[in-house]
Amino acid sequence: MNAGNILGFPLLSLITWLPLVGAAIILSIRGDEETVASNARWTALWTSLIVLIVSLLIWVRFDRADAGFQFVESVAWLPEYKVGYKMGVDGISVLFVLLSTVLTPICILASWESIQTKVREYMIAFLILETMMVGMFCALDFIVFYMFFEAVLIPMYLIIGVWGGPRRVYAAVKFFLFTLTGSVLMLLALLAMWLHAGTTDIPTLMHTQFPAAMQTWLFLAFFASFAVKVPMWPVHTWLPDAHVEAPTAGSVILAGVLLKMGAYGFIRFSIPMLPLASHYFAPFVFTLSVVAVIYTSLVALAQEDMKKLIAYSSVAHMGVVTIGLFTFNEQGIQGGLFMMLSHGVVSAALFLIVGVIYDRIHSREIARYGGLADRMPGYALAFMLFGMASVGLPGTAGFVGEFYVILGALQVNFWLAMLGGAGMILGAVYTLYLYRRVVFGKIVRDDLRHIADLSPREWAVFAPLIVLTLWMGIYPSSFTGFWDASVAAMVKQHTAALLESTKLAGVLH
Amino acid sequence: MNWTIALPEIVLAVIGLAILIIGVLRKQDAVTLCTMLTIGGFVVAGMLVVGGARGAGFHGQFVADAFSVFNKVLVLIGASLAAILALDFNRKQGIERFEYPVLMLFATVGMMIMVSASNMMTLYVGLELQSLSLYVLAAFARDDLRSSEAGLKYFVLGGLASGLLLYGISLVYGFSGTMDFAQLASLLSEPTKASPGLIVGVVFVLVGLAFKVSAVPFHMWTPDVYEGAPTSVTAFFATAPKVAAMALLLRVMSTPFGHLLAAWQSLIVIVSIASMVLGAFAAIGQSNIKRLMAYSSIANMGYALAGLAVGTPDGVRGVLVYMTIYVFMTAGTFACIVAMRRQGRSVEQISDLAGLSSNDPGLAALLAIFMFSMAGIPLLAGFFGKLYVFLAAVQGGLWTLAVVGVLSSVVGAFYYIRIIKVMYFDPPAVAFDRRAPSLSFVAAATGLFTLLFFLYPAPVVDAANVAAQVLFR
Repeated sequence: MNAGNILGFPLLSLITWLPLVGAAIILSIRGDEETVASNARWTALWTSLIVLIVSLLIWVRFDRADAGFQFVESVAWLPEYKVGYKMGVDGISVLFVLLSTVLTPICILASWESIQTKVREYMIAFLILETMMVGMFCALDFIVFYMFFEAVLIPMYLIIGVWGGPRRVYAAVKFFLFTLTGSVLMLLALLAMWLHAGTTDIPTLMHTQFPAAMQTWLFLAFFASFAVKVPMWPVHTWLPDAHVEAPTAGSVILAGVLLKMGAYGFIRFSIPMLPLASHYFAPFVFTLSVVAVIYTSLVALAQEDMKKLIAYSSVAHMGVVTIGLFTFNEQGIQGGLFMMLSHGVVSAALFLIVGVIYDRIHSREIARYGGLADRMPGYALAFMLFGMASVGLPGTAGFVGEFYVILGALQVNFWLAMLGGAGMILGAVYTLYLYRRVVFGKIVRDDLRHIADLSPREWAVFAPLIVLTLWMGIYPSSFTGFWDASVAAMVKQHTAALLESTKLAGVLH
Repeated sequence: MNWTIALPEIVLAVIGLAILIIGVLRKQDAVTLCTMLTIGGFVVAGMLVVGGARGAGFHGQFVADAFSVFNKVLVLIGASLAAILALDFNRKQGIERFEYPVLMLFATVGMMIMVSASNMMTLYVGLELQSLSLYVLAAFARDDLRSSEAGLKYFVLGGLASGLLLYGISLVYGFSGTMDFAQLASLLSEPTKASPGLIVGVVFVLVGLAFKVSAVPFHMWTPDVYEGAPTSVTAFFATAPKVAAMALLLRVMSTPFGHLLAAWQSLIVIVSIASMVLGAFAAIGQSNIKRLMAYSSIANMGYALAGLAVGTPDGVRGVLVYMTIYVFMTAGTFACIVAMRRQGRSVEQISDLAGLSSNDPGLAALLAIFMFSMAGIPLLAGFFGKLYVFLAAVQGGLWTLAVVGVLSSVVGAFYYIRIIKVMYFDPPAVAFDRRAPSLSFVAAATGLFTLLFFLYPAPVVDAANVAAQVLFR
């Protein structure tokens, strides 16, 4: 019944379900409020750190030359309907699993002092969220994937709604309903694929050829779900609200991992399973992406609220990601993937950067600040690094992805590359403008005169992100090496599928 | 005449009579004893159902097959949970009388007969035994104006529906010459031979039964009755009778009229869509949680009917899985509603739940589980109910139904998560009284089922599958 994997040990299930064990322990803590809060924090931190350490085993043991799924484990679940609990990672998903396990302890550490109410529930929500995120990236069965994909809504809804800002209820409900609407349509597509292929096994579905007409409908249903999640223009409106109202750590997970779920959906499902429809709809996706890049960059420029600015910049960056993924060539897809990863690190870091001063002054209004470089040199340095990475400065994480995407886009269409690349310029404009207004200038406000620089805890939060940002920028191959084989195989299969259909069309005519 | 087929019903009815005598003779403390005996009777009946003989009896008027076993067990579970809920509620509400468990018991006997009916006459007898007991239960708080109104309203409208059903049965009999399900099935195996009169009869039967499951457009009674009846009674209404009526509908539509699928399919599709949409939208404006649950149950019946509309074993399987999960979720939700009591008075406004997560985190978490589950968010049981129903609908090519269904489930999600919003995001109101252990037990047990169903869904799904196959032999 239980097929192990190369370690003879269900590693992926362990890192998926371990956080729930931590949550159960937190639930059983007894004592007065102060004790509970403190123990809950430590338990959550240790749980997530253990998960992180275990997940690093994947990094070590992953065979980069293998394009297929590794660490596969499978247990019969609903055997009569050919639905199994199947987990596994390939080069495309493995780094997102790690991204989730890296960001969770960072989030818990970042919430150490800023969350003072219902600490126990908060930590439980984050651990549940980690289970759902990791499980989603590991799932190799469509039903299992869908369950994790949608179950993310529950903890996130509560995190925004309970610990969020003044308009948290509106933001939480909007987030929930937007995402749910897309997901239920995907559920129908999933059912149709299940009935057509007779299985929900993802590797099998990736090699199933669906009829062209069916692909169109399936693609649209998937698109409804993933486009909301990415989010693509014009269904991005939930994101700024959710980001602004969510607590800092909630924004970090939202930007760092949850947005990647949409793009991951495109590359895991839409593109390999529905090659014809993906090809057919690519111009449509490009159009929406280009609009997103230019429009939301301009909107970001006009924001007064720091979190909102970064939220809009996320939409723009994710627009570049979708351009990359839908070029269907190796550079484009690699660039898209790299960009997802770097955005996961950099935007998460930027939200944390905002969180630092929000914790001190309790305002996110850009005009409220100025001259922070004078009092917080360490902070200004970290902010600059992540700002530059967001802009895409060579040597930082942001550059590699954008460069590859533009390279890939050039092979498709010059104007696509040109307009997509315009995002880099606009990105530089709004990021530098933000940086100047917050960090440079003279200190006018009195409370800013005594503002403290980063504490050791905050340095501990930023240190791994700084290392990652530079590492990804300076030596990207330690990351791209993971997915080289998988992406090559995917592109090959995609091209073959398109050729097949044109040949078929040729025979028919 | 193989009467052992009906042994569970007979035993249960005899236990009911015994309880009646005990209740009259014992002056003090009769209610708890009677309720315990009733639950014991349900357990005994359940064991007899599972272990009892299968086959047809009473000249083919009564069958015991996998389908009836599945639904009877479900009915008995629902009735037992509702009986436990009533223990505490009725005492605090001052309507603690021993007739209550007895009426529940006889209603349950009626439901079991409905589930096993294989003749129009048995069907009607079972249905009436159930309905008459339920009418009385709805008005059980006889000093309460709203309860009396609910009972009267339910009685008048229910009587009308019974009349329509009876009229439909007479038409079917008149145009076919038989009331036996098996004979009707073989008679109608050539659908073209069915006379228009018979089709009209089928439609009337359908209307009568749609009333009992409270499907749109025969749902008008539901919100008023749910709101007016004592909460313990509402909890009962929302669980066991729905299962029985749905089972009856499944059997009648699949076995005798199964070959007329083309004639009734579009009707069920329309009723299903209307129920889902109305249930979803009308619930948004509700401020009373019992009314909200009434609309929620209308919507839930819409989803269940979507499975019936397919007219295949897979569709019926979907309905059965859906109803199983529905019974547990609903019983749990009502356990939470019954626990809403402040300074000895029962409260039922949604706003009364404000800040429950601070006052009573356990109850809030359970109710949140039920609400997320009803909204169909995965890992929770409610998702699987919807999954199987929509799987069948997609398989049957009923795309309109499926798309409207999933979209209205999003609308439904809005009001379910609104309750969670009130509990978790709003500032706390005055705390509720300590909840009775019996309520905690029901809520925790059904909550665990809802939460952990995903771990091992196979037993329920397999049993539903076996049960569904029976109807299409």
